[in-house]
Formats: sequence, structure tokens, C-alpha cells
Amino acid sequence: MSKKAVDLLKFGIMLIHFVRDIRDPEHPYSLEQLSVLSEESITVDEKLGRILITFTPTIQHCSMATVIGLCLREKLKNHFPPHFKVDIKVAPGSHADEESVNKQLNDKERVAAAMENPNLRQLVDECLYSSEL
Amino acid sequence: MNFDDDDFELREIQRLEGHTDRVWSVAWKPDTGINGVPAVLASCSGDKTVRIWEQNSIGSFQCQAVLEETHTRTVRSCAWSPSGKYLATASFDATTAIWENVGVDFECVSSLEGHDNEVKSVSWNASGTLLATSGRDKSVWIWEALPGNEFDCVSVLQGHTQDVKMVQWNPSMDTLFSCSYDNTIKVWVEDSDSEDWHCIQTLGESTSTVWSVAFNASGDKMVSCSDDLTVKIWIDVGRMQGLHKNAPWKHVCTLSGYHDRTIFSVHWSREGIIASGAADDAICLFVENNDNEVDGPTFKLLSKKEKAHEMDVNSVQWNTGDKRLLASASDDGTVKIWELVRLSG
Repeated sequence: MSKKAVDLLKFGIMLIHFVRDIRDPEHPYSLEQLSVLSEESITVDEKLGRILITFTPTIQHCSMATVIGLCLREKLKNHFPPHFKVDIKVAPGSHADEESVNKQLNDKERVAAAMENPNLRQLVDECLYSSEL
Repeated sequence: MNFDDDDFELREIQRLEGHTDRVWSVAWKPDTGINGVPAVLASCSGDKTVRIWEQNSIGSFQCQAVLEETHTRTVRSCAWSPSGKYLATASFDATTAIWENVGVDFECVSSLEGHDNEVKSVSWNASGTLLATSGRDKSVWIWEALPGNEFDCVSVLQGHTQDVKMVQWNPSMDTLFSCSYDNTIKVWVEDSDSEDWHCIQTLGESTSTVWSVAFNASGDKMVSCSDDLTVKIWIDVGRMQGLHKNAPWKHVCTLSGYHDRTIFSVHWSREGIIASGAADDAICLFVENNDNEVDGPTFKLLSKKEKAHEMDVNSVQWNTGDKRLLASASDDGTVKIWELVRLSG
């Protein structure tokens, strides 16, 4: 493996380290414990400068899928190199409204608006910071 | 102007720093940058402020005013009235503010309330008598400007099934265009008898969110851009055939393969150059081909500026003055001023 590839792998593992302890909005468990995220969840294409994160909601009709996506983006936003483009999606076939969830999670205007909404903000913060408990 | 024989490129004139969050939108003040009147630009941001930039005598832009402590959330869009006397700003705080410009001062003289939540776009009609706003509540509102800085809501237009990203008036007639997360563009006109506004056409050629639309100077052609990575050209069939009625708009050309991330903004210069700004950090310029007019107009790439910004390009706007100035706004928190120059040799 080239040094670059090793660095990239380390980077991916580091990202997982940052997000594995995020608490599920509906369960007292972390996303990793619920198998929402695994080490295969993050792929990095260094040449194109892209990061793709796929997660697997616990059930097909998970109403919190968009909140989980917001949590991932929020938690990682300060750890991405600024020139990288980040796409967050549910794993193919893992959600009943896959297309609409993916569209919403990658519309940055809706994401920005959601993070300015006090109720959603509080929910995301609870998921992100209760992990220390 | 002939763009066939020469190479052109966008040259960076200046990088404007001051916003502390992503810059969503820029708007040139009308009739500035021409006949010795210094160019004036407004920019709005996720930092909840609007900045006014003015070009000084040596051609350098400086921040002349910061409009703050009015909006409590992101300012998503801004638009000057045709006279340049007013600036309207649309915010995620559910309001649209009207600022009166006196000298170097800006005073908030009105706040338009009505949308349920985030307002995403605002546009003045060509005479400055009507204002349109749109937002996450899927509605488009039309407001009439009355004496004494009063604004009356004259219509609330329902029809889109998802949030309405942008509203834009046609420059030559009071026809309103709106584009949406529901992948469509809708065309709205006022019924002359009932004075009610209604949708006369839904343009559904796009396969994802339509982020922005713009018109050529005469208003008989429209360009749209989308999350489906295309730029589309539309013509007003009726006017093209010399009929001044509300004939349908027709899709005539799709430009694809030029951007590989969401295209957020398009704008048509007075002399016919289309600029597009996208999440791939690039700005593209397109012009109409002079040949092959049989099947309607076709367009070609004039120039592409890779890495125009360090992050997504959210807005591109041509100045209408003496020089071919383009302003762009980005997630990197900066506004850039570009000049389109002919390459020598």
C-alpha cells in the first residue's frame, strides 16, 4: 500500500472514531452498537476529493434517518478537509423512502435551515453529546 | 459581440472578505458600474448579515455598510428594486426585510411577515410595483408596494408540492417564475378580469431540484439549473412567433457534462453570456451558437473557471455596466469579482 493509501485509510478510521459513539435518537445505544455504522460506512476518493458516508437505519421506516444523517454531518464537519465534498446516504435498500431521505440529506440549504431550527438542533446535540455519559 | 473567434477567460479582480459564514447570494445595484457611477454590490450570508460593497475611484471594492441586527437567521437572498432605492432581503427567520438606501445609510423600513417558516427568495418586478417571495412552506407570495413603505399581500400561490427555491419575474412582462425542490418550474400570471394569479404552465423536464432561473435581456429566453447537473434553455414560443400572449414556454436545449455537482445559480448577461455556478467550485460560461438555428438555439461552452472558489459556488451575477464584471458567492465565505477578458494572441 502506498503512503497516501495508508493515510487515507487512517483518515477513514479516524472519521469512524468520531461518529461511532453518536447516540441513536430513539435508543440508548450508539450508532455503532446498533450497526447503523461500521468501518465500511465511509469511503474516501482522494483523487476526486469526495467522501461518501452510507449508514443503515435500524428499520425500513426509521423516522429518524434524517436526524442521524444531520448528526453525522454536524459531527464530522470540522474534521473534513475543507476542499472535500461530502455525500451522506442511507445504504441501498435500507430505507423505505431511500430516495427522499437521500435528497433531503444532501440539500445543503435544507440542512442549513434544519441546523438553525432550535428543536432539531437540540435533538442533534443530544445525540452528539450524550455519548459522553 | 462575436464570441466565435477568440478565447475568453474570467480573471479574478478581487476577493471580498468579511462574512463569517457561507455567502448565499449576491446582487448588483441597478445602473451602477456605468457612466462613472461606481459599481455597488450586496451580498448576504449564513452569518445573518448583508454587506454592501462599493467600488472606489481606483477600481477596488470596499465594504461600505453591514446590515445586521435585523434578521435572526441566515439571509438567503437579496434583491434591489429597479430604482436602486430599496434592497429586499429574504431570511430563514420567516421574514423579508425592506431596506431604504439613503446615501451610505440603509434603514430597515418594513418587514414582510406571512410565510410559515424559511423565506428563500425575493424578486422585484421590472417596474418595482410588485415583490414576490417564496419559501419552505411551498408557497409563493405576491406583495404590492404601496406609498409609505407599505406592502400588501395580493396573492398567495399554492401549487408546488415542495419548498420553492427561487422566484424570478420576467424582465419584460409581469409573469412570475418559480422553481422548486419538486423538480418543476411554474409560470404564474394575473387574470386581467379577476385580478387573481394562477399557474398557466408547469415545466417538468428536470429530474431533481431546480435551484435557479434567469432571463435574457429581452425576456423571451430563460435558463434554469438543477441538482440533476444540467443547465436548460427555454424559449417563449408565443413571443418568438411575434404573438404577445401567454403561449407556452418550450424547452429547446440542455447543457450537460459541464458541472459534476449540483448547479446552484445561473445568470444571463445583457450581451448574452450565461454564467453558471456549482457545488464543484467551478464557474462556466456559455454563449449561443450562431449557426444551426433550424431546430432552435444551441449553446456552447465559452470558458470554464475550475476552482473559482475553494468551496461551492452559490451565486453568480453579471453587472450590467461598462465592463464585463461578474460577482460570485461561495461557501468559503468570500465574494469574488471577476472580469471577462479576451485572451491576447
